[in-house]
Amino acid sequence: MIVAERKTLEAIAGMVAGSRKVLAVGCGTCVTVCFSGGRQEVAALAASLRMKRGIEGKPLAVDEAMVQRQCEWEYVDTLAEQVKNYDAVISLGCGVGVQTLAERFPALRVLPALNTLFMGLPSEQGVWEERCQACGNCILDKTGGICPVSRCAKQLFNGPCGGSQNGRCEVDASIPCAWHKIWERAEAMGTVEALMEIEPPKDWSTSRDGGLRRMVRQDLRSPSEEEGKE
Amino acid sequence: MSESFQPEVIAFCCRHCAYAAADLAGGSRQAYPTAIKIVELPCTGRIDVVTLLHAFEQGADGVLVAGCLKGKCHYLKGNLYAQQRLDYLGRVLTEIGLEPERARMINISAAMATQFAQLATQHVETVRALGPSPLARVKEGEGV
Repeated sequence: MIVAERKTLEAIAGMVAGSRKVLAVGCGTCVTVCFSGGRQEVAALAASLRMKRGIEGKPLAVDEAMVQRQCEWEYVDTLAEQVKNYDAVISLGCGVGVQTLAERFPALRVLPALNTLFMGLPSEQGVWEERCQACGNCILDKTGGICPVSRCAKQLFNGPCGGSQNGRCEVDASIPCAWHKIWERAEAMGTVEALMEIEPPKDWSTSRDGGLRRMVRQDLRSPSEEEGKE
Repeated sequence: MSESFQPEVIAFCCRHCAYAAADLAGGSRQAYPTAIKIVELPCTGRIDVVTLLHAFEQGADGVLVAGCLKGKCHYLKGNLYAQQRLDYLGRVLTEIGLEPERARMINISAAMATQFAQLATQHVETVRALGPSPLARVKEGEGV
């Protein structure tokens, strides 16, 4: 899932300082399950903003809405009529959700209530950890399903480095050394020999390089009118 | 002003302990302030930040969450979750501009009627000292 956390109330209140009526929109997918932008979090933010502004003597009407997925046109289109009634929309979606709303409703001020952090999983109740950086060239087959791109501070492909101490990373002792885990797993699975091969430098051109990334599936695209002509 | 101010404190009470303790306090004629308005919960683990925020938004001057003694929750950890949410609520109230002391959690058993009356009175006095919630004023004046 995409993991995000809410900005401070002060930061969000600052964005709507000049507004009188705003709509807080949650998302029912990733940010619901990481407890940052679901129905409950929308209600908490809306109530907090209304109270803060009430105390300051500048009342702000904050209404609440939810869409199942803020990152798809079909879902955000359900808000098309509703959003016309507001000075601004506060999105409790991830960065993708905010941009989907902004792109779909060009006349509308769309504001982010969350900071999008990473792609990860709940490693235990109440704790989320990064697992993928979308490098575009997965090598988990070679590392026993443990990703050194997202989990090694140096993004090493031949590890561990000298900073690995007792299975912990020198950057922060609370972080398990990814390469220590990769070796442990290889030992358990009897595949240590494969790790002895030197992995050449990774081709990063599929990662954060060359601007916007795009995936195209020609077979799924809508055929053009032109192609439909006899 | 604090002399004449009659606060309103919503007490969210677990049915297995505090609700029964409040009942016992009443039954045995141990007075606690009329400021306390009780809402019965199946467990304080049911409480969430939104419910407590709504209490404040609708004009409550204070909130009391009363659950079982630590280690004695009927559902094992409900009261511990409630305490964590109260800690979080304190930070949210500060962000909003309300004193975090307006919300408090207490842990008692069903037999502790005297303690319920004492702690409830204590919290009402804390809230009285803080004065009326600015939200109550907003609600009266502007119909928020």
